[in-house]
Amino acid sequence: MNGGAAPRAEAAIETHSLRREFGRNVAVDDLSLSVGRGEVFGFLGPNGAGKTTSLKLLLGLVEPSAGSGRVLGAPLGEPRARARIGFLPEHFRFHDCLTARELLRVHGRLYGIRGAQLAARADVLLERVHLADAADRPLRTYSKGMLQRAGLAQALLNEPELVFLDEPTSGLDPLGRLLVRDIIKDLRDNGTAVFLNSHLLGEVEATCDRVAFVKRGRVLMDLPLRELRTQAACEAELKIDPLDSGTLEGLAAFACAVERLDGRVLVRVEGEHVLPEIARWLIGRGIALYEMRCRRKTLEEWFVEVMGEDQRPG
Amino acid sequence: MVRATLIIAHLTFMEARRRRIVLAALLGGLAFLLVYAAAVVAIERSLTAGPIDEVMHRVQLQFLTLAGLYVANFLTVAAAILLPVDTLSGEIDSGVMQTLASKPVRRSEILLGKWLTYWLMSGAYLVLLAGGCVLVMRFAAGFEQQNLQRALPLMLLGATVVLTVSLAGGVRLKTITNGMAAFAFYGLAFIGGWVEQIGAIVRNDGAQRIGTAISLLSPPDAMWRRAAYELQPQSLRDLGPVQPFSVASVPSTAMTVWTIGFVLVVLAFALVQFRRRPL
Repeated sequence: MNGGAAPRAEAAIETHSLRREFGRNVAVDDLSLSVGRGEVFGFLGPNGAGKTTSLKLLLGLVEPSAGSGRVLGAPLGEPRARARIGFLPEHFRFHDCLTARELLRVHGRLYGIRGAQLAARADVLLERVHLADAADRPLRTYSKGMLQRAGLAQALLNEPELVFLDEPTSGLDPLGRLLVRDIIKDLRDNGTAVFLNSHLLGEVEATCDRVAFVKRGRVLMDLPLRELRTQAACEAELKIDPLDSGTLEGLAAFACAVERLDGRVLVRVEGEHVLPEIARWLIGRGIALYEMRCRRKTLEEWFVEVMGEDQRPG
Repeated sequence: MVRATLIIAHLTFMEARRRRIVLAALLGGLAFLLVYAAAVVAIERSLTAGPIDEVMHRVQLQFLTLAGLYVANFLTVAAAILLPVDTLSGEIDSGVMQTLASKPVRRSEILLGKWLTYWLMSGAYLVLLAGGCVLVMRFAAGFEQQNLQRALPLMLLGATVVLTVSLAGGVRLKTITNGMAAFAFYGLAFIGGWVEQIGAIVRNDGAQRIGTAISLLSPPDAMWRRAAYELQPQSLRDLGPVQPFSVASVPSTAMTVWTIGFVLVVLAFALVQFRRRPL
């Protein structure tokens, strides 16, 4: 497991200037990124930003017009590398005449898993995605959420080293989303890299170690979420009494910026570790501390800022 | 290579069976054979009601058998077009193909697995229908069809051509477009066959050449005409163009070899196109 970018030699995904055009339309333009082994990587962007095409390029479902890349050390599209990859597509459609158990058996055989090992693996996964009771029903009788969970199970059949999840919770209710979050956590704990395409920023924020913002087929920004959570600057809102100029001057010694705001004070500090020092200083000076709230820029705020004003809702 | 192809073939057959395609084909085939048997019994009664000219009787029974086999050939060709018409285009459009193609299999294995299943199903359907016609004639009229072992492979080859064209079309075309294109391809063969036949009957070399050229572009009908020629005894062939199944211009062995090559080229084209197709 590694937070942030892994060393290049160990990358699960490595691409250099990948480009894909469909006629005159450039779907992916100069995509260069690196995803470490065991890293949970979020790929964010507005509709039409080229996220799904990028994912298809990495899976070999679409050939690049230019550029190169390696996935698990193999060139893009190499069938043998796909034996170590799992994939849940955005449009999770399968042969709906099959039951979920048959779906897992057919796809398991394509991965080269057979016999008792395959049957046992299918049972474990059906249980994991809460489909054991419905395992022998045809998929055409499944709800959208059930189909998505069946798809998630088929993506995990081969105990992959890298899993691509394209909008994995689009058909799920809140409990289903929690399930996916748990599964992603398990994957990370087992050292599996996860490439997550999702519009649900709260979900990405809760699960990803790192995110990349993509717009018009280009990565605009790479944000190490895990580091941000523990090390990055934050804003603390304080409710104290008395709030005079001497106190504000004193607080300025701890902070990058201090601002008075409607009977409160907003203090921008370089990290969470400064907050206990501020609290001790205030109490030492006999200043009453009623409230101290730490607030960071949310992923949504980052998203809006990075995408810019010109971005229209998709 | 073989393992993945067979898994896809098995999956394709499971799907055809679950979607009741196999059942519909069987019921349709049995309905045809029942109607055919009823017609044969009625005609045979009528033919044997009065004094019988044995030679003419055998000619009439041969016509009846050829009529049945003609329908069997047509139904097999139609099945060979319809069975694979949606298999690639439908799965690509719906996204089913993305999940399959992201597995450690080559796209050629996916395509060949599907082709193999539909080819076997078309063959089985032909054997059911043609075999049924021959058995009906045997038990209802005591008529033994000769040279089936030569004719059936040719009929299957004709069906294999349209099957391969239909599968190849599905790589790039939408389902309905592909179905129309595949039937137009067979219609071309049909027209080519007639132009060639009429050219031979009226001794018009130009028409015959045009017909042959069309048959080279679309050879399924040529395979039926060669099969019909093989099925007829010399005495019937000698009657000339007075009977509906006469073959005035007999497709050569070279045409059969061309047709096999045609299938291989179309299949290779489909494999290359499918490998490059964005999914």
